[in-house]
Amino acid sequence: MIGITSYGAYIPWHRIDRQQFAKAWGGFAIPGERAIASYDEDSLTMAVEAALDCLRDIDPPAVDGLLFATTTSPYKEKLCSATMALALHLRRDIQTADITGSLRSGTTAIGFALDAIKAKRTNSMLVTASDTRMAAPSGINEQALGDSAAALLLGKKNVIAEILDSYSISDELAATWRSETDTFIRAWEDRMVMDESYSKVMPEAISGLMKKSGIGPKDIAKVVFDPPGDVRRHGRVAAELGFEPAQLLDPAGIFMNLGLLGSAMSLIMLVSALEQAEPGEKILFAGYGNGADAFLLQVTDAIKKLGEHRGFARNMESKCMMTNYNDYLRWREIVPVDQARRPERGHISVAANWRQRKDILGLWGIKCRRCKTPQYDNGGITTTPIRVCAVCGAVDDFDDYDFSRRKATVFSYTQDQLAPAADPPSSVVLIDFEDGGRMLFDLTDRNPDEVKVGMKVEMTFRKVYFDRGITNYYWKARPIRC
Amino acid sequence: MSGSIKDRVAIVGMGCTRFGELWGKGPSDLIVEAVHEACADAGIQIKDIEAAWAGSIFSGHGGRSVSEPLRLKYIPITHVVNACASGHDAVRNASYSVAAGIYDIVLAVGFEKIKDEGMSGLPGMDNVTHTHAVATMPGMFAMMATKYFHRYGLSPQEGKTMLAKISVKSHYNGSLNPKAHLRNVLTVERVLNAPIIAWPLGLFDCCGVSDGGAAAIITSADLAKKFRPDPVYIKALQICASPTSGRVTTDYDFTHVEEGYRAGIAAYKEAGIKNPRKEISMAEVHDCFSITEAVTMEDLQFSPRGKVKDDIDAGIFELNGALPVQPDGGLKCFGHPIGASGIRMLYELYLQLQGRAGKRQIKNPKLGLAHNMGHEPLAPTVSVCIVGL
Repeated sequence: MIGITSYGAYIPWHRIDRQQFAKAWGGFAIPGERAIASYDEDSLTMAVEAALDCLRDIDPPAVDGLLFATTTSPYKEKLCSATMALALHLRRDIQTADITGSLRSGTTAIGFALDAIKAKRTNSMLVTASDTRMAAPSGINEQALGDSAAALLLGKKNVIAEILDSYSISDELAATWRSETDTFIRAWEDRMVMDESYSKVMPEAISGLMKKSGIGPKDIAKVVFDPPGDVRRHGRVAAELGFEPAQLLDPAGIFMNLGLLGSAMSLIMLVSALEQAEPGEKILFAGYGNGADAFLLQVTDAIKKLGEHRGFARNMESKCMMTNYNDYLRWREIVPVDQARRPERGHISVAANWRQRKDILGLWGIKCRRCKTPQYDNGGITTTPIRVCAVCGAVDDFDDYDFSRRKATVFSYTQDQLAPAADPPSSVVLIDFEDGGRMLFDLTDRNPDEVKVGMKVEMTFRKVYFDRGITNYYWKARPIRC
Repeated sequence: MSGSIKDRVAIVGMGCTRFGELWGKGPSDLIVEAVHEACADAGIQIKDIEAAWAGSIFSGHGGRSVSEPLRLKYIPITHVVNACASGHDAVRNASYSVAAGIYDIVLAVGFEKIKDEGMSGLPGMDNVTHTHAVATMPGMFAMMATKYFHRYGLSPQEGKTMLAKISVKSHYNGSLNPKAHLRNVLTVERVLNAPIIAWPLGLFDCCGVSDGGAAAIITSADLAKKFRPDPVYIKALQICASPTSGRVTTDYDFTHVEEGYRAGIAAYKEAGIKNPRKEISMAEVHDCFSITEAVTMEDLQFSPRGKVKDDIDAGIFELNGALPVQPDGGLKCFGHPIGASGIRMLYELYLQLQGRAGKRQIKNPKLGLAHNMGHEPLAPTVSVCIVGL
């Protein structure tokens, strides 16, 4: 049996009421709100967060591969999944690939993962889909888009939803696009895209799959496929295919609360469907974008044994409303802003990053074999790597120690108004980890007024610095999210 | 370890520039003015200097940084870089060379030209992987205040008021000092109402940012009285560098500075001091932030742990108190041109011991203590120097 063995999701903490866009620019506001990645997040960091949620009860070395699906890779040239693999503590002898450029890169990745497992090339594959698409300020798409990520682990053991069959359609149309030099998406007239592409391609893929599998709409418990720009057209396609409204995973709620989530949209919808699924149910799942990929899933008894995940529902509920549109402009670096009168930071050293890749990207520290003290040091110029134990003086007698998945308590903090910050003040915390070890970290996704000594925090993967085209990724603390 | 510097060397000449935003002065101005004043004070010529140690972390680059502006001819000069203790470490190395019998007349000079940066605060000191949290120095010390308030049950208002009194005291002293950068008199109310820089520290909890230079001429105790009748003798020179465990292990309480405590103990032992609070006549300590001075009073055993507030409220550390602290206005009013600060502190103690401190003169001082704390509380380097008659 091959199928989905676990799922995870990540929705940024920050949301903005779409009225804020209308307030800034005038004109019409789509009802509801949208999800906005924080200034220290991008598609890569959000994919890591979704993957961490997916791997909550899974030993990372058991994962044989990682696919990163996105239309908004932080790099045009450089593999993001290789960075992610270190953050996720995956093995070195695995397949890593970025599948980019298409809004259905998420479902494409699922297809590739399925094939790799079927072909016995791997036993399991982690599929992540994440997007932070941008539309030009003042347009309706700026309100409509949203940022999110989802992750699915495919494999053979403890399958919660078997993938019975799949079917794909390829279709040429420049519906939305970005050239190599475009920052914002461009789109052709919505009505033509819906009439000539979405409304034809999606039924073609779904009915093609049903025909291939020898089933009809009544055999399906839930049909899960992503909507076009005009979300209302989703229901019409479903009705034309013969599905009842009760069978639909309605994307309206996601659109109203988060927005159109790019390559993560169909996967987020599937995570939501799996959260409510019962053993034995068949799910028909499809993703659209220059064609469509459709999959037929059958939920197994194992879904009842799956451990707790933040998934879609808990992530969705945990939120902080942004109070103004200017912060969005600043976070996405859409407008130039005054620079803090603080020293310029030095250049990124690829050599130093590479040398410390394990402790920077994976937050691996050490545990002294003699005195058993867990330790990590991110402060000084000459203090890393740790060669001598800070407590007993043992030299090079350590085991690796994972701090990334441990909770910690705020020992002291400051709210620094002088430090340069995209979301001032700069909240900095000295934290004590639950089983030992102390570190100084930036605190993100926090309400400054709620920070206090004794507050519980967890670690989150973020971007911390950008220089000459390179992004430095690292970990920050955040109040336990949900 | 049997050696001690006590009474083996003496300071016979000192100089100090005015500190401030000296837009029109460069590093050479600071070095030449401080050293020429020190030489004149000692009654020697530049050519009499046999060796020199220069403390600076941003403005200097090698011993040549001092030989060139002074045109010191073909003598050994060492550039000392040891964070905020650089000035004291220059004095320490210069003193040891004299005590070792290698030289008779040496120079220790500290200087820093900070205000060429075009921004507030100090130039950057990021680590190469940019993994250090984005906190300024005020932020790093603010965390000590947060923890101090938390540990001793002080409300923000109580804690901030305690700290405000420290700044008010230093500004009063600074107002009496023509060489200080900031000479305005403050009130507790004004300090409390100032903008927050890094919670809980506000603007007046932070020291100024200034340019400045200071210099000392050091000779052996045997020769000292040939230069002047009132040389100031070195009683102790100690430096304590952190193994940086405060940032790594959970046993550090963040309400004291272990390195400061240990540097104090070592200095008291070297100077033969049993009861610091009674025996020390005055102190110039590293008040980069108000909380630093508060904690230092406890580290140096002037106040019991957690009780500095009582001594602050009682006015012990004021100019007319039992143990005046920052008689010249401190870093608070002089700012902190890093390499210069330690020697600037000694300059005030030197003037006080010789009865030359003018309006700030403390009655009949015998022993003065100078304390510098480099880096931040989680990983400091602390120096303690004691001088006396």
